[in-house]
Amino acid sequence: MAANPKVMTKRILSQTGHLSEVRDFISAAAGEFGFSEEDIANISLAVDEACTNIIKHAYQNAPDKEIVISVIRSKGNFEVRIVDYGKKFDPTEILPPDLRQNMAHHRRGGLGVYLMKRLMDKVEYSFQPGKHNEVRLVKYLQKSPSVARR
Amino acid sequence: MADFKIHHREGEGVYIIDLKGYLDAHTAPDLETAFQKLLTEKKYRIIVNCRDLTYISSAGLGVFMAYIEDVRKNKGDIKLSNMSAKVFNVFDLLGFPLLYEIYTEEKEAMTKFKTVKAS
Repeated sequence: MAANPKVMTKRILSQTGHLSEVRDFISAAAGEFGFSEEDIANISLAVDEACTNIIKHAYQNAPDKEIVISVIRSKGNFEVRIVDYGKKFDPTEILPPDLRQNMAHHRRGGLGVYLMKRLMDKVEYSFQPGKHNEVRLVKYLQKSPSVARR
Repeated sequence: MADFKIHHREGEGVYIIDLKGYLDAHTAPDLETAFQKLLTEKKYRIIVNCRDLTYISSAGLGVFMAYIEDVRKNKGDIKLSNMSAKVFNVFDLLGFPLLYEIYTEEKEAMTKFKTVKAS
């Protein structure tokens, strides 16, 4: 059997209809890497959330923009880099949601970013004006703890 | 494309929504439409049965959040039931069990509605 490539890339258009393809792509890569079913589901959800935010905020629902998702697998380290060319949207600056306030005011923002941070070991963001935005999501295979329940 | 289906049932003055498949940012508007329809029809006693719900992202959770206040203002509720461990984990991570009633079985949610009606 051929060795797994260290980098795998998928490109999609900025449409929510492509999210299921992204989840399938990430699930396959995470499964090959040796993660548990629970971790595979968590990583896949985190990447879904990151892509959803890009579609809604960076591209503001424009359907014809590009999102590039790369998986970089090194020893015990599963990294997903998600690049877009839209407006700046830094998930690391988003505060945790206040559910009661959200409910009272019919708001629903902040949930996805909070999930990303809970589900992954590391969430980073970089913005290069005029070039691209990049979200980096990292999960460690060795630590790989189940997400702590409240 | 994600497969998602909504089925409606009604029994004893309670409206039951069965969810099936993948609830993400692409399919969440379908659930939104379902809730809007129920509210327009003044149907405020709602159970969402998640037995066949395979996947949920925050876009789906946001729909529950957006409608709960209107439903409760009208003396109703959105109660959830029959979640898989995987789906429950997402609700749990976001703290939903503190604010929403989540039951193992649909009949428990139904009993709760009846109890409230009787009191």
